[in-house]
Amino acid sequence: MKSFEQTVLPHLDAAYNLARWLAGNDHDAQDVAQEACLRALRFFGSFRGDNARAWLLAIVRNTFYTWLRKNRPPENVVELSDEVLAVEDLSVNAEILNSRLTDTETIRRAIEELPVEFREIVILREMEGFSYKEIADLADVPIGTVMSRLTRARRQLQKRLAGEFKPGAKP
Amino acid sequence: MNCQEAKPLMDAYADGELDAAGILELEKHLHDCPACALAFRNVQNLKKSLKQDSLFHTAPAELRQKLKAELRPQAESNQPFWTWNWFTAATTGVAVICLALLLSLALTRPSPRQQLAQEIVSSHIRSLMANHEMDVASSDQHTVKPWFDGKLDFSPPVKDLAAQGFPLIGGRLDYLGNRAVAALVFHRAKHVINVFIWPTKDSDSEPAMSSPINGYNLIHWSRGGMTFWAVSDLNGNELMEFVQDFGPD
Repeated sequence: MKSFEQTVLPHLDAAYNLARWLAGNDHDAQDVAQEACLRALRFFGSFRGDNARAWLLAIVRNTFYTWLRKNRPPENVVELSDEVLAVEDLSVNAEILNSRLTDTETIRRAIEELPVEFREIVILREMEGFSYKEIADLADVPIGTVMSRLTRARRQLQKRLAGEFKPGAKP
Repeated sequence: MNCQEAKPLMDAYADGELDAAGILELEKHLHDCPACALAFRNVQNLKKSLKQDSLFHTAPAELRQKLKAELRPQAESNQPFWTWNWFTAATTGVAVICLALLLSLALTRPSPRQQLAQEIVSSHIRSLMANHEMDVASSDQHTVKPWFDGKLDFSPPVKDLAAQGFPLIGGRLDYLGNRAVAALVFHRAKHVINVFIWPTKDSDSEPAMSSPINGYNLIHWSRGGMTFWAVSDLNGNELMEFVQDFGPD
């Protein structure tokens, strides 16, 4: 059997990246990533899958939400109409949008301002490259919810980047 | 298909997650509707901009050190506990497992191709673990290609795919299937893609996805007397996109 060091630790960057985007700062992210790795070590004996990265990130995610409940008041909560894939308003000022897409700082801020349920799906899809199915398993939600959150997250990002986002309006 | 029907499908299409029937209908609509075509381009541009390396947070050295310090004693003290806990089950199971192993070894030898795929994944992981992705670090194909001269008995095709979002990072000599091979290293938002290349007598074949090993995806093809294996933890769709961009030839 391969060791914990060989199987799980190569994915430490991915674990920290997810924790950093979820927690929002380096100090808390290090705590979450460290706690998650220690949990992973405890449960390593029961790891049977073939995707250690997805397995570790699921633990990071759970660790983060446990940490969040203990340490912070509830963040902006997404209204629970996930099942309905509402037809989104796709119109956005493409010229402004595209000019902002080259500015890393603006994009970073726009991602950071997303509600956490949207943010995590964007990280898992765009930075980690997981499929809808893998994200659904990892985040323990139906595939339909993954699709709906991803769609709404992107619309909200586009609106924020184009400077058209109004809090309270439907994302 | 009208605009209302097209909108919910665009993201899945951009993610390579739409089924064949949906793709056909949506492509037809995008062809006919400039507004939706623009909306779709906006989604593609957004996706691309979210994959920038600079958005990815790399684990600080401090965290690595803390973990190493924590792991040493834990790994040792955990071991006996774990063994003891499973001791009864283990002893009764050992005989059965031995028998099953012997039987399965006799019945199912992995095919040479599977063995090679396993070897390629191991090689990929080794290059990541040892932080030894490359011997020549350069995004310039005109630096990387000549570097292989004199080190290999063939000249591998080298190209930079930065414009397609897969920057060339460098090249490396590797050893696979009892011969020296060329390894090209590409990045996609901190994901590493290794392409292993060596000469073959096989006739040309189209890129084909092998079943993933340890979560790593593999695509194999042959062209013009060379055989190619691309391996990465990138998802299958994006790895196939990379292979198409690399060009089968």
